[in-house]
Amino acid sequence: MTALQILVDGFAISALYALAAVGFTLMFGVSGVLNLAHGGIMLVAALIGWWVAGETGLGVYGGTMAGILAGLVAAYVTYFLVVRPIQRSRAIAHEEKEIFVLTGTLLWGIMIQTGMAVIFSDNPVTMRPLIGGVVNIFGVRTPRNEIMIAVLCWLVLGLLWLLINRTRAGKQMLAASINPRGLTLLGFDLSRIYLRVWTIYGVLAGGAGVLLASFLGVGTANAGQLTASAFSIVVLGGLGSVSGSLIAAYVVGYLETLTAYLISPTLRPIPALLLLVLVVYVRPQGLLGRR
Amino acid sequence: MAYSKHVSARLTRRLLSGGAALAVLLSLTVGVPAPAAEPIKIGVIGEESAVAGASITKAAQMAADDINAHGGINGRNVEVVIYDDHSSAADAVRAFQRAVSEDKVSAVVASYISEVALAIEPWSARLKMPFITPGAASTDISKAVHDDYAKNKYTFHGWLTSAFIAQSICDFEHDMLVSTFHVKSTVVMSEDAAWTKPLDDRFLECLPKAGVKVLDHIRFNPDTTDFTPIFNKIEGEHPDIITTGISHVGVQPTVQWHDQRVPMAMAGQSSQATTSAFWKDTNGAAEGVITASAAAPGVALTPNTIAFTEAYQKRFGVSPAYDGYTTYDEIHVIADAIKAAGSTDPDKIVDAMEKTHYVGTVGTIEFYGKSDLYTHAIKYGPGLVTGVVLQWQSGKQVTVWPHDKANGKITFPATIKMPK
Repeated sequence: MTALQILVDGFAISALYALAAVGFTLMFGVSGVLNLAHGGIMLVAALIGWWVAGETGLGVYGGTMAGILAGLVAAYVTYFLVVRPIQRSRAIAHEEKEIFVLTGTLLWGIMIQTGMAVIFSDNPVTMRPLIGGVVNIFGVRTPRNEIMIAVLCWLVLGLLWLLINRTRAGKQMLAASINPRGLTLLGFDLSRIYLRVWTIYGVLAGGAGVLLASFLGVGTANAGQLTASAFSIVVLGGLGSVSGSLIAAYVVGYLETLTAYLISPTLRPIPALLLLVLVVYVRPQGLLGRR
Repeated sequence: MAYSKHVSARLTRRLLSGGAALAVLLSLTVGVPAPAAEPIKIGVIGEESAVAGASITKAAQMAADDINAHGGINGRNVEVVIYDDHSSAADAVRAFQRAVSEDKVSAVVASYISEVALAIEPWSARLKMPFITPGAASTDISKAVHDDYAKNKYTFHGWLTSAFIAQSICDFEHDMLVSTFHVKSTVVMSEDAAWTKPLDDRFLECLPKAGVKVLDHIRFNPDTTDFTPIFNKIEGEHPDIITTGISHVGVQPTVQWHDQRVPMAMAGQSSQATTSAFWKDTNGAAEGVITASAAAPGVALTPNTIAFTEAYQKRFGVSPAYDGYTTYDEIHVIADAIKAAGSTDPDKIVDAMEKTHYVGTVGTIEFYGKSDLYTHAIKYGPGLVTGVVLQWQSGKQVTVWPHDKANGKITFPATIKMPK
């Protein structure tokens, strides 16, 4: 019974982790940017989605759309206001740019978090479930919404796979991740490819934000934790490896769920963090990493 | 409309200042000393981004305005100096030190978080600065005053201690749930924080006495976001209800409890559920949730309650959180003490505050004395302060306990199975 419960719960939460982390890792793979404002962007999507759904009368679907849009806008603002100026700056030495982007996005994330707390207060909010009710899966009472979230996540992940591997635009991104200079020499405009990655990233992070709001609820205090969890999943899976992130999301999701059920909910994040430390020692490139 | 209101307000202000000038002139001519222009400052440490923290500063400002409209303290105006501690004990201590050394306040009202209040307490002793917390609950705050009165007497505990909050919930469960709904067992579920330790101790002691057997006692990390495993464990133990002790969390466990159709009612202290924003934050998942609170909309605990609630609602657009009520009362308590002491000398203020008998918005406020167990905490009991227990029903907070204040009956949504 408990085993089944763990199986069902772990599956949904891991799918959501995967969705939240995959954009993060894709962006690092393609453009070398580690965006530490990640949790802040998910937060914007969740809070705007909640606000639109409740205050404007557009309902939960309108709210979801608005939330995803807000995530996209937040991603663009991050790119144009924080990341691109650093990347293009002549005052910053080339080899220091990554650390400047890291610091810049970290600070920007804190600014988003504080700003959102002032506007919306630090009370966590929850979106109404996209579909209500519960179903019985072999005796495990599971909210329909939880099942739908898992399905949606996998649908989006599947579409992303098709986009990257089966379309011209996706192949350009892959090429950019392997050899950006070569791509430039062939006459491709790198900044257009980067913008495309930020667009995909914004939609993914925004979607993950609103789905999290309708699954567990999101508050401004969670922003740091959301960034940290995406970051650990991505390090565990291998920086820049999309399939590595998917596997890592499930490893972390199930490890956490197992701990919460079998040991104590209080210790939930600990074993995954220990595993992370171990991976950094033994296999620093992560499960499927190449960098 | 707004324009004319604005103009008339300006006109009134001008007339008033004109009148004040006339009064000063008159008093000069008859030789009465003019009221000292120097205001009496009271430091207020809240937190703008938290519902409970913002309520402290808002209510304090309202109280000061009301006191000033009624002539101030012996002719001197009250000025509140506001600080934000971002829920951090270190920030709160810095704000407290600044209030004392730079802003020269005469007393400080601070925080709804026990950890923060406990961090300020020794500074209140060192700097000999009267300090009252309108919302923290840990019994350790007043215990420190009891244990070393000479040193810690400057601290007052302006909200019910955790032990009394637990007692009021036990009394409620005994009066309402045991008799009407045949509740016989519960699981205590509370967040791991300073205020819940004494709360849980009292729960474990008073629930069995109230006729409710405690099957299990679960404490969880306030950072928890997924409550499924906790509800799962509780459900496996088959209690009749869940008794809560939550304040740092609230929205998330409530929504997950609702979405997962956990069949047991939740009753206890759920601080976020005391605010009017809770319904929207949870999208109505709060239906059926029962929580203790300082006061509730439309319930006249004293003749002052409703007037305050309505004025607050009108001015800020939201209803006060529990510590909004107590802050409003305690600014008055401090003002009265300064008035009675005729001075801002800290020892004299403390002496005067100990003699407080003030009919506020949450009840009649008195403080326990030097020999009582909870020295300087507000007294709990009928005729003093008991708080109320309210239940969320169709978007409204309905008061269900105590009997003489109740304006509705307890009902549960269909998904909740109460014992037959």
